[in-house]
Amino acid sequence: MTDAAAAETVTVIQPQSGWLPIDFRELWHYRELLYFLIVRDLKVKYKQTYIGVAWAILQPLVSTVVFTLFFGRLAKLPSDGLPYEVFALIALIPWTYFATALNYSSVSLVGNANLLSKIYFPRLLLPAGAALAALIDLAIGTAFLGAAMAFYGIAPTWRALWLLPFTGVAIATALGCGLFFASVNVKYRDVQYTIPFLTQVWMFLTPVVYPASLVPESLRWLYGLNPLVAVIEGWRWALADKPFPSAPMMVVSILVAGAMLVGGAYYFRRAEREFADVV
Amino acid sequence: MSDVVIRAEGVGKQYRIGTARQAYGSLRETATQAVRRALGREARAPAAQEIWALKDVSFAVKRGEVLGVIGRNGAGKSTLLKILSRITPPTDGRIDIRGRIGTLLEVGTGFHPELTGRENIFLNGAILGMTRAEIRRKFDEIVDFSGVEKFIDTPVKRYSSGMYVRLAFAVAAHLEPEILLVDEVLAVGDAEFQKKCLGKMGDVAKGGRTVIFVSHNMAAIRDLCPRAILVHEGQLAVDAASDDAISRYLTSKPGTDRSRGQESQGIALERVEFEGVERSPYGLRLIPGQPFLCRTEFSAERIPDAIWLNLEIYSAEGICLIHLRNDFDGVSIPRRQGNTTVEIAVDRLPLVPGTYAVRVRLVYSRAGNIDALDSCEYPLQIPGVRGETAKYQSYVVVDRRWKTR
Repeated sequence: MTDAAAAETVTVIQPQSGWLPIDFRELWHYRELLYFLIVRDLKVKYKQTYIGVAWAILQPLVSTVVFTLFFGRLAKLPSDGLPYEVFALIALIPWTYFATALNYSSVSLVGNANLLSKIYFPRLLLPAGAALAALIDLAIGTAFLGAAMAFYGIAPTWRALWLLPFTGVAIATALGCGLFFASVNVKYRDVQYTIPFLTQVWMFLTPVVYPASLVPESLRWLYGLNPLVAVIEGWRWALADKPFPSAPMMVVSILVAGAMLVGGAYYFRRAEREFADVV
Repeated sequence: MSDVVIRAEGVGKQYRIGTARQAYGSLRETATQAVRRALGREARAPAAQEIWALKDVSFAVKRGEVLGVIGRNGAGKSTLLKILSRITPPTDGRIDIRGRIGTLLEVGTGFHPELTGRENIFLNGAILGMTRAEIRRKFDEIVDFSGVEKFIDTPVKRYSSGMYVRLAFAVAAHLEPEILLVDEVLAVGDAEFQKKCLGKMGDVAKGGRTVIFVSHNMAAIRDLCPRAILVHEGQLAVDAASDDAISRYLTSKPGTDRSRGQESQGIALERVEFEGVERSPYGLRLIPGQPFLCRTEFSAERIPDAIWLNLEIYSAEGICLIHLRNDFDGVSIPRRQGNTTVEIAVDRLPLVPGTYAVRVRLVYSRAGNIDALDSCEYPLQIPGVRGETAKYQSYVVVDRRWKTR
């Protein structure tokens, strides 16, 4: 009765076919559910763990040590004039976010199969929630990175604010791919086994252990087809005192990230009508 | 106040067996098939069998009406509810719904075992469509209703299954949409709690809310719903006052079970009769002191390799309490064409008074296919000695003698 004054919601249920638009009004309406899904993921993740959120730091930290030892000291890869460990850690923090977000969002539908088959809500919330929940780890990792840089006497400037848009590129890429993989995974569970392997290959196609400047100048724009290039190079540029990376490479990279997000979302909308029946 | 809030017109849902049911062939299988097709080895993928889980269903529900939906297992009730709640889109037709919809296909959807009772109330509430402010406002009431306040900050994985269900239902019971779609959710929890929930549902109905209620519990349908629709083999068979719909349901010819997925092989249950029971609006009602007898007649167009007849009795919660099968008792059913009648007599059903379901299930094998089956199900009421007031926490009775000194 309290809702009598409110405009009545009218729902029309019809067969669906073809490409569907993304219903932003509905997503906004369900924003609280998104919030609870993120809170759930975070709470569940660190329940019954001994070191808790320290896991968010441990993973990039161990990789940094290993990479510094092998790629920095032994292989003597260049590091844009930074101490190699700082060079690697700056890349590994956003990279770890990307890998985690991609993995979680890709399995989010299958992992919530009971929700899909028992209740309606915009299905987009599941992969989106998974990709956003991983941002907490990123924040913790970034704080740790700040401390590590202070230890090496590298002070951030106002340029550090650019971390935000470059992180946005990482979110777009992770979510775009995640939406696509999550939809395919509903039908073919092969996807979830492919992802660890895929991210491993992807990391070596991304300037994590080496600088993008190692790629020949004429091929940089092609290299930019990997959107993570903009993320990692952007982070390094924002935090360390070095010239802006090749502009065509960065532009291509950012455009590809945008295309992945839009493409992933539309593919997802097209596939989602089958989720409840197939999952 | 006679405006229509739900109008369904010609609603149908088609499933392709082999893509929907046994959905996930691995990527490799799909790829192999694609290659074969490309090479022309296989003209086409084996023709997928299409079944209409629901076909041409039309009905209208007015504001404040409580509509019951009944039908045998696999008749299409759940599919209808899933379409109404937008979990899956229809293949055909159109439904217009005016008002906020709340769906309860199960209690505790989205409950996470690692989270505490408090955290789960908020999560589950949000999943069911409540706002955070709404949940906060009703929080104390929900906890009160559930009766688990002492454990509200304990992870629900440490709860007993009873506590879990009570908490889950408490959240669901406080959902206040304009239109409520409810599946068989009352079939959980102990009898006392079920009554409390039925009471709450009754309040809901009196509160002027529109409710669509799917149940096997004929008593609940009769009590709560003035009108009911009977879904039979995917079609709307009856739309009438619930007493009429229920009696049509109880007297209808056993339907074929859609879960079999294969063509019927020409074998079907023709007739199922019982003795030692009377027909009541609640289903079959056992006559105390008389032996229970089930007489089943089936027909076979061709001779099956083997045939088994199952008689099963389920509790209201869906637990199989009694399972009789001819070969368990060393009885074989003659393999022949035409009609065969099988009788099973039980001197006494050792069950406490309450509501059960009797299922007769025919399983046969032909050319190695054993999964083909035909079945039908009936509600069974076992009356108590004095009315239905006794609260049993068990299913089985034994012979006993009481003495008091």
